[in-house]
Amino acid sequence: MNVEKGLHDAHYFVPAPSRWPAVGAIALFCLGLGAALAINAVPAGWLLLASGGGLLLWMLFGWFGDVIAESESHAYGPQVGWSFRWGMAWFIFSEVMFFAAFFGALFYTRSIAVPELGGSGLSHDLLWPRFSAEWPQQTGPSVASYTPMGAHGIPSINTAILLSSGATLTWAHWALLKGQRLQLISGLVITVYLAALFLALQAAEYHHGFAELNLTLASGAYGATFYLLTGFHGLHVLVGSLLLCVILARSARGDFDERHHFAFEAAAWYWHFVDVVWLLLFVTVYWL
Amino acid sequence: MNDHTHDSSHATAHGWRRWLYATNHKDIGTLYLCFAAAMFFTGGLMALGIRLELFQPGLQYWHPEFYNQLVTLHGVIMVFGAIMPAFTGLANWMLPLMLGAPDMAFARMNNWSFWLLPPAAALLLISLVVPGGAAAAGWTFYPPLSIQGGMGMDLAIFAIHLLGISSIMGSINIVVTVLNMRAPGMTLLKMPLFAWTSLITAYLLIAVAPVLAGAVTMLLTDRHFGTHFFKAAGGGDPVLFQHIFWFFGHPEVYIMALPAFGIVSQIIPTFARKPLFGYVSMVYATCAIGILSFLVWGHHMFAVGMPAVTQLFFMFMTMLIAVPTGVKVFNWIATMWQGSMSFETPMLFAVGFVCLFTVGGFSGLVLSVAPVDTQMQDTYYVVAHFHYVLVAGALFSLFGAVYYWLPKWSGNNYCEPLGKLHFWWSMIAFNITFFPMHFLGLAGMPRRIPDYALQFTHFNQLATVGALLFGLAQILFIYNVVQCIRARYGPADERPWDGAHTLEWDVPTPAPHHTWESPPDIALVRKGLRAQALEHGHE
Repeated sequence: MNVEKGLHDAHYFVPAPSRWPAVGAIALFCLGLGAALAINAVPAGWLLLASGGGLLLWMLFGWFGDVIAESESHAYGPQVGWSFRWGMAWFIFSEVMFFAAFFGALFYTRSIAVPELGGSGLSHDLLWPRFSAEWPQQTGPSVASYTPMGAHGIPSINTAILLSSGATLTWAHWALLKGQRLQLISGLVITVYLAALFLALQAAEYHHGFAELNLTLASGAYGATFYLLTGFHGLHVLVGSLLLCVILARSARGDFDERHHFAFEAAAWYWHFVDVVWLLLFVTVYWL
Repeated sequence: MNDHTHDSSHATAHGWRRWLYATNHKDIGTLYLCFAAAMFFTGGLMALGIRLELFQPGLQYWHPEFYNQLVTLHGVIMVFGAIMPAFTGLANWMLPLMLGAPDMAFARMNNWSFWLLPPAAALLLISLVVPGGAAAAGWTFYPPLSIQGGMGMDLAIFAIHLLGISSIMGSINIVVTVLNMRAPGMTLLKMPLFAWTSLITAYLLIAVAPVLAGAVTMLLTDRHFGTHFFKAAGGGDPVLFQHIFWFFGHPEVYIMALPAFGIVSQIIPTFARKPLFGYVSMVYATCAIGILSFLVWGHHMFAVGMPAVTQLFFMFMTMLIAVPTGVKVFNWIATMWQGSMSFETPMLFAVGFVCLFTVGGFSGLVLSVAPVDTQMQDTYYVVAHFHYVLVAGALFSLFGAVYYWLPKWSGNNYCEPLGKLHFWWSMIAFNITFFPMHFLGLAGMPRRIPDYALQFTHFNQLATVGALLFGLAQILFIYNVVQCIRARYGPADERPWDGAHTLEWDVPTPAPHHTWESPPDIALVRKGLRAQALEHGHE
């Protein structure tokens, strides 16, 4: 064989026709239409949302099930492995850009919009003379009084938890590379446990915010950026935890070996990405 | 085991399953192109609805609210439903053939990318019949208007989410295919230029589609969950939306232009029978546009009130984009210079593209000057500008691409005289429609308003007549394509264009269901590359 063909699989794996993409498309259609109806108080929307969610779950189980079966039957050559790695990297890049939109909104609001509204000139003097430019922003015609979320307490603990979970996951990865199944599984169990702990504390923090601080989505630009940023991050932590649970179950089943464990790597990359977003969030949303 | 999976890749579903469960890049490419054509006619009908109302001053046919819905849906459908899917469809069809790959990198995800489009289109069309009608805030969805609309706005928001998911997955597929699936011997700087422009386009889309998703998500929470991102009453700012939207929106402009550059860079060398002039500079120009497109979004907002320094920054950055774009135009002209030119339909569209896209580029340069733009903001001059770029630019390149590759796809010839008629008819009708809009805009006619002052009547009537003619011309196109597929004009040669050297011309005609299942022989790759590179020492 020609030397230059080294990286190329003799036959790149091309899957047979599959129903899952179509199921996924119907699921997202139901979710989109259902959500639009539900938020406009059309009861049928909830039915559509539920069926869309069910279809999506079915699709995810079926599709990933196919992929896992193909992977375990060694249908994928090294070139397919590279495709997966590139694909996951670009997917994480797209997620970075999604968060960038919300961080951009936060920075713009804090350093441009609020100071400008509070500036002299015509900004607020005529319409709302009692406005004062401050962050967290407290005054405004539609802002009820609230207490902002501090950085001490739960957010600091959560930072420690998430950083430790990154370490335990790396510990599990080392074990996988050395073929030590027990350490791999215990590392993953600890990581999943820390992830669940993070989510539970986040839920407690939200409860605290809503019930005791009167901090809601409607608490001015601060409440909006706070809940959307931490909320989307929490959602990504949830997805990352589910990925890790699947990896844990597959490790317990005996999947993966020292050389073939792309799914583990992908979940780990995703977890570290979620970790980095949290650090940025802790500094810019809670701390500063 | 390997043998078994190899066999299963040959499995082909039949009937509706072939299309719904497709994993074949050619089938999925065909689906994309057919969907784009359907959306092109849907959006086109809406455009005719707009032109009908503007035939005379006063209100004739539509309520102003419905007129605004037409304007909005026309924009959204043409951008997200027609132009972008058509380019993705072409990338699907052509990238594996051009790069010597057996399929796209992720064949199943490829199908999901496509099948998210019809649901998104359905959401947009359903929004026409819900209480309150469709979104009416323009395709840019500026608040506060977009916060005030009814359920139609929510449907549009979720449609954009689906379109965004589709774009991101489709783009990841393209990037990975280009980076990982090239035949041995085809290094990045030896790829056909269409592969390069598809790569940069897909990269732009992965970077900005999530930003648009974030922007419309904030709109959604402002509408229904009490947030104040874009409401000054809670410390937010409607201008924030414009910043986020145009951070997506300007790269989006190049997402619709770069693939066109790639197509034209394939067609012109073929019919000039010369290698592409300045291949490497074309690649660098494409990359430069890819970077600069992130730094110019403010030029859509000159009239909104920005510090003078910011305006100057965006103004100069915008002017800077003219440099790589100019490099491209000069390279196309230099490719044609002293070539043995022949003017079959694809070449006509490519040359038409070069002429008219340049006109659109120049009017863009005029608009990049902040003090001038302050005068022309939201006038018909802007409408004329972006239709020169998107219709005579993106759309003409797409017509050229279809005529260029149709013989390879279908195995049959199209009707050359009919194709030429389609070109000249479109060319003339396009200019009748959009050239007068420059004058209307300079004279101060605002866009997105169903009524206008009496002195604008004649140019508007001219534009409406042109638009109807342009619409009629497209029926010729569909007729020609359908008759070609039905083999009414005879079978095509294996290599219908004697000046074409890229790898897709080395597969049989019509292109079989599976091609390059094992990578093409390196000698074949080198032969094609030599023919592409001859005379200017790039090999």
